[in-house]
Amino acid sequence: MLALENVDIFHGRIHAVRRVSLHVDPGEIVALIGANGAGKTTLLGAISGLVRVGGGRILHKGDAIQTLSPDAVVRRGISQVPERRLVFGPLSVEDNLLLGAYTRRGRARKADVAADREAVYDMFPVLRDRKKQAAGTLSGGEQQMLAIGRALMARPSALLLDEPGMGLAPAVCKEIFRHIVKLRDERGLTVLLVEQNAKSALAVSDRGYVLETGRILLQGPSEELLANRDVQRAYLGRERDAL
Amino acid sequence: MFAAAAQYLVSGLTVGATYGLTGLGFTMIFNTTGIINFAQGEFVMLGGMMSVFFRTWLGLDLFSAILLAVAVTALVGAAMERLTIRPIQGSSPINLVIATIGVSILIRGAAMLLWGKDTFSLPPFGGTAPIPLFGAAVQPQSLWALAITLALLTALKLFFSASIHGKAMLACACNRKAAHLMGISVARMSLFSFALSAFTGAVGGAILAPITMTSYDVGMMLGLKGFAACILGGLGNPFGAAVGGLLIGIMESFGAGYVSSAYKDAFAFVVLLLLLFVRPSGLFGKSGAERV
Ligand SMILES: Nc1ncnc2c1ncn2[C@@H]1O[C@H](COP(=O)(O)OP(=O)(O)O)[C@@H](O)[C@H]1O
Ligand SMILES: [Mg+2]
Repeated sequence: MLALENVDIFHGRIHAVRRVSLHVDPGEIVALIGANGAGKTTLLGAISGLVRVGGGRILHKGDAIQTLSPDAVVRRGISQVPERRLVFGPLSVEDNLLLGAYTRRGRARKADVAADREAVYDMFPVLRDRKKQAAGTLSGGEQQMLAIGRALMARPSALLLDEPGMGLAPAVCKEIFRHIVKLRDERGLTVLLVEQNAKSALAVSDRGYVLETGRILLQGPSEELLANRDVQRAYLGRERDAL
Repeated sequence: MFAAAAQYLVSGLTVGATYGLTGLGFTMIFNTTGIINFAQGEFVMLGGMMSVFFRTWLGLDLFSAILLAVAVTALVGAAMERLTIRPIQGSSPINLVIATIGVSILIRGAAMLLWGKDTFSLPPFGGTAPIPLFGAAVQPQSLWALAITLALLTALKLFFSASIHGKAMLACACNRKAAHLMGISVARMSLFSFALSAFTGAVGGAILAPITMTSYDVGMMLGLKGFAACILGGLGNPFGAAVGGLLIGIMESFGAGYVSSAYKDAFAFVVLLLLLFVRPSGLFGKSGAERV
């Protein structure tokens, strides 16, 4: 479905991602774990066409996509829920969702877009209650729901999520993760889940990769990573607070 | 007494309509790209001067000349974005603003070479017989100016609130990264905002040309007044910019009428400075000015 082959990415002189290879199979939830500054956001940016790779290839359904523009990537069915949610604050909840379907303008019927919007409201009823409200007035958890709903409006087959649990209360975080699993189970959505919080990400994912200063350090089924002593030492338990 | 006041009000509103349209142009580019475009006044100048040029030199009728002038100015705006803003995209805002100042000097220079330093005028759009209104003699051109401004405002309001493209432009202003991730072509929106602002400014220039004379160098002062209009209305607020322009026009007109026309250009700026001391976010801006 989605694969990175020996990807290198530079920010000026900073070698942010070093020869990273990973793959996400259809219907899988794959976690990408790493501390702050490991290169996770940079990597998602490259998949979405926001950042150019310095080397290597990004494959989607067998095609190289590393040179595509962001809108072409969205049109191919890969949507991203960015770090810190980045909702359009002054615009209404409804307009935010509408803009999520921007690439479908002219192609999709208005009724289909409206139906998808209702589906998002069914998934997150609090958004329906606040649909006329400016997105910036929502709570952090609600903004995260909106950011996910907005990404779904493009009808993606693959969803990239950048630290969806950041800054949320544990209960809200759990709720968000529950919805991510549900999206995979019910719609067959393929998910690449980026998190610093290894425990909750590995709890819902099938496989995981651990990224450290731009390199893949470990990979494997999520249970194995959860049980791995290096992972436990670095990303779980006592020392997690130090991250 | 009352008749004089009515007269000042009408002439203030008429000139203010152009200030408002200029301010609106600033707002649209600022909202989409975060840039203050100091060539905005030159778009207004081009709207007036090219209307004159197309009418007298190409022999077009007034209406076609204005349409063509407005269209060409929109192209100039698009070319400006493509040739000067896009290549240095991503550099600091101050560099981009300085680039727009460079463009304004270039346009003014080119206009002077093309059309010389003479002043020109356009005939009024229709009717010359003054219409009596509350004791004032209203020139039909004033009504044209106000009606066209109102129509343009309504159209733009609809565009931003009801069309997906208008909303996409607003989205670029909120957050460029998120706009990219929605598949919005931020580069195209930036180009479009320059064309639309140039268009709006040119309309302002064309409606003003029959009332005040126009020449190659009117853009500087019109640009400053338009900028004052959008600061007055709260930077980033299109409705505020339009109202700000009308207010500045009225202040100027009353100031010139009751105090002295020698200080006409100063009144607006004095009032603006006073307001900024009291309410830095402008009349209609949210206080706290969270915009960057
Ligand atoms: N736009 C940028 N310009 C320069 N350096 C950057 C930029 N974005 C990220 N970096 C650097 O690249 C590295 C990886 O950052 P990032 O991808 O944001 O990591 P993460 O998302 O894992 O926290 C860091 O060293 C960061 O400082
Ligand atoms: Mg990050």
